[in-house]
Amino acid sequence: MPTIEIASKPVTVNEEGFMTVYDEWSEDIAKVLAAQVEIELTPRHWEVIHFLREDYKKEGESSTSRHTQTVGGFPIKEQFELFPKKPAKKMSYIAGLPKPKGCV
Amino acid sequence: MTTPAIVPNFGSEDTGRKMAIICSKGNLDMAYPGLILGNAALGEGIETHLFFTFWGFDMIIKSRMDDLQFSPAGNTAMHLPGTNAHIPQAVMPVPGMTSMATHMLKKQLDDLKIPSVPDFLEQIVAAGGHLWACRLSADMNKVSETDLRDDVEGIISASDFIEMTEGAQLLFI
Repeated sequence: MPTIEIASKPVTVNEEGFMTVYDEWSEDIAKVLAAQVEIELTPRHWEVIHFLREDYKKEGESSTSRHTQTVGGFPIKEQFELFPKKPAKKMSYIAGLPKPKGCV
Repeated sequence: MTTPAIVPNFGSEDTGRKMAIICSKGNLDMAYPGLILGNAALGEGIETHLFFTFWGFDMIIKSRMDDLQFSPAGNTAMHLPGTNAHIPQAVMPVPGMTSMATHMLKKQLDDLKIPSVPDFLEQIVAAGGHLWACRLSADMNKVSETDLRDDVEGIISASDFIEMTEGAQLLFI
């Protein structure tokens, strides 16, 4: 696994660039990751990100869009507005979590 | 030592990829492949159209979409739970088998947190998917737009569909 530098911190990522160590994540890192995929984080983005981080701790896997809607209360439509095109993957990326595995 | 940033490719350049999924079956088990793949395509940022025709019309008729059923009759891949033993086809037509099998399938889907057919279609539309109904099927079923889900964008002819899906990848289910 490569180690790269994000926000002046060494960060372990997989070959695609997703972070692999939960505790290496910080809000400063999230800001850089978001900027890399051309997303400017608003307070609503942060709500989603914090939900995803907490949910991962509970469930042991990354939330899908469906789960983020039904459990987190963030409507699918809004997820597409906040994280355009590929919401589930972009949300996980910025939250420092693996890509979601679930089909739905 | 750290290496330079690795950023996932989220396909920011517009590839123009497009998918069209033809849903022609009204059995509960055969409703799901199109829904799952259509939803996945939308989650990848792909323009997606679902076209409902023939028996697939039951997925979008308001009075029927909640009541799709699953019949094990004719399905030789049915096994006794947890085994490789086939369930004999002879027992499939007994009264109550379809409702029991439907109930079991719905429970399995629910356990996996897979939405019901109407909820799934709602999610697909929320994700930007497009639903279309087939003109001939509407005429055969004697249904009009008022009988269909409100988010069906139109009842269109086969040639409209061909025109609209130019360059799309096509799936017939």
